[in-house]
Amino acid sequence: MSALVIENLHKTYRNGFEALKGINLNVAEGDFFALLGPNGAGKSTAISIIASLTNKTAGQVSIYGKDLDRQKNQAKSMIGLVPQEFNFNMWEPVVEILVNQAGYYGIPRKAAFQRAEESLRQLDLWDKRHTQARWLSGGMKRRLMIARALVHRPKLLILDEPTAGVDIEIRRAMWQFMKQINSQGTTIILTTHYLEEAESLCRNIAIIDHGRIVEQTSMSHLLSQLNTEHFVLDISKPLTTAPELPGYNLQLVGDKTVEVTVQREQSMNSLFESLTQQGIAVMSMRNKQNRLEQLFIDLVAQSKSEEQTS
Amino acid sequence: MSAGNVKLIAYQTIVTKEVLRFARIWVQTILPPAITTTLYFIIFGKLIGERIGMMEGYSYIEFIVPGLILMSVIQNSYANVVSSFFSTKLQHYIEELLIAPVPNWIVLAGYVTGGMARGLIVGTVVTGISLFFTDLTINSYSLTLLVFVLTSILFSLAGFINAVYAKSFDDIAIVPTFVLTPLTYLGGVFYSIQLLPEFWQQVSLANPVLYMVNTFRYGLLGVSDIDVRIALVIIFGFIAVLTWYSLRLLSRGVGIKE
Repeated sequence: MSALVIENLHKTYRNGFEALKGINLNVAEGDFFALLGPNGAGKSTAISIIASLTNKTAGQVSIYGKDLDRQKNQAKSMIGLVPQEFNFNMWEPVVEILVNQAGYYGIPRKAAFQRAEESLRQLDLWDKRHTQARWLSGGMKRRLMIARALVHRPKLLILDEPTAGVDIEIRRAMWQFMKQINSQGTTIILTTHYLEEAESLCRNIAIIDHGRIVEQTSMSHLLSQLNTEHFVLDISKPLTTAPELPGYNLQLVGDKTVEVTVQREQSMNSLFESLTQQGIAVMSMRNKQNRLEQLFIDLVAQSKSEEQTS
Repeated sequence: MSAGNVKLIAYQTIVTKEVLRFARIWVQTILPPAITTTLYFIIFGKLIGERIGMMEGYSYIEFIVPGLILMSVIQNSYANVVSSFFSTKLQHYIEELLIAPVPNWIVLAGYVTGGMARGLIVGTVVTGISLFFTDLTINSYSLTLLVFVLTSILFSLAGFINAVYAKSFDDIAIVPTFVLTPLTYLGGVFYSIQLLPEFWQQVSLANPVLYMVNTFRYGLLGVSDIDVRIALVIIFGFIAVLTWYSLRLLSRGVGIKE
């Protein structure tokens, strides 16, 4: 079964701006799905419509087979949302925010406290349960929104840039947590500007630009379309000019640092062999750019040029 | 769990949240009206009132007590909903409700009940304070209670509509200052409209607060400037219209959805 089906979704705002131009999307049950796009592409509008925060102009949305118009309450009860902006009562204690949210889903107060404890412990916020939300750090506030979104145990969790502005340690911990709840059966839709986050977490991906889906495929298929990769090599001895290797384009960017562009059909072994023959040992190697980032930039550029042509 | 239970729990959650909200800040919500009304009783009831003499067969303080009680109900029911619902919009935690399977009528009922709770608590406190200044006679318990409750419902609804349209704190202050307070003061709280010239008596009949104050006064003292049956029809009519309009605003997402 599909966790989310979107058909021909349109949104035109009152000022005439057409944010969504008939998007179609299908997210399978249990998927970890990335919805990416540049700022203003329509991601947040699409998410707001799915979460009933924005009225759509036309189209259909169904959650686990329940139509958001005709079976509204059943559909809504299966969604959890972690929005981009903090949207809780800053003056309320942390535990009450969760208990109230559980109550809106019909969970009795006693059970709601148990659920709140469970969620807060999972997100390492139990010690802060009596603290007013405004006193939490930025990372804690993000985790509070995740805990709140999970308190009614949704089948579909939508995370709109959940790790924005949090430090790398907390981000890694949150990735681990997201992987864990996904492995327990929760379908996750993630939007993020950290493309390494999408690459490492998501199995399928859609890229949205100018209100249209410009690509929807599996992450592995998308990455396989990458024709070239750029690597940075740290070498053993200082050089004054870039080594010349047939078939490879190398550039010296520091006396002991070289950048190389490798075509998909080229092997890394032959690159290393050629360097070794010239007496250059490679001490370490890294991607110059995140692989998904390169594809993302290419697809968005292509979409922009198509938009301008049409 | 049945759909009915889910709705009931959602309703209870909103009401509990609303009551806890104003109870936590009782120094801002319960205490000020108690102090203000005490001053009204001292200044208008005792100091000036004793020189005014009788009004419609009652001492002046006995005459103004019903109006002052109802004024506190009106102001506090209104203030509770307008400030609370506007805050939910301003801080975006209205989204907690919008995303959840809570029908619009439950949202409205929850906020209105919160407004009623504050209006009725403050009204009860003011009633208690009035006992220090005069003996309270009750002509009809049922009518007094009915008007007490209906008034708080009506002004909670009005506060809700104000909050829906409000875009800034100015917007939630303008209506109470320039509409609600004049209507209340000119609604027969401090005088009988019989004292006014004929023209102004007719103008006063367009003021809905007049009907509530007089019906409440009739419940307590047994005297009224207007027919109580007509007043009840008008109060129920206002509640029906404001409820319909509030639900329409919610269903269209005015002020809360793009």
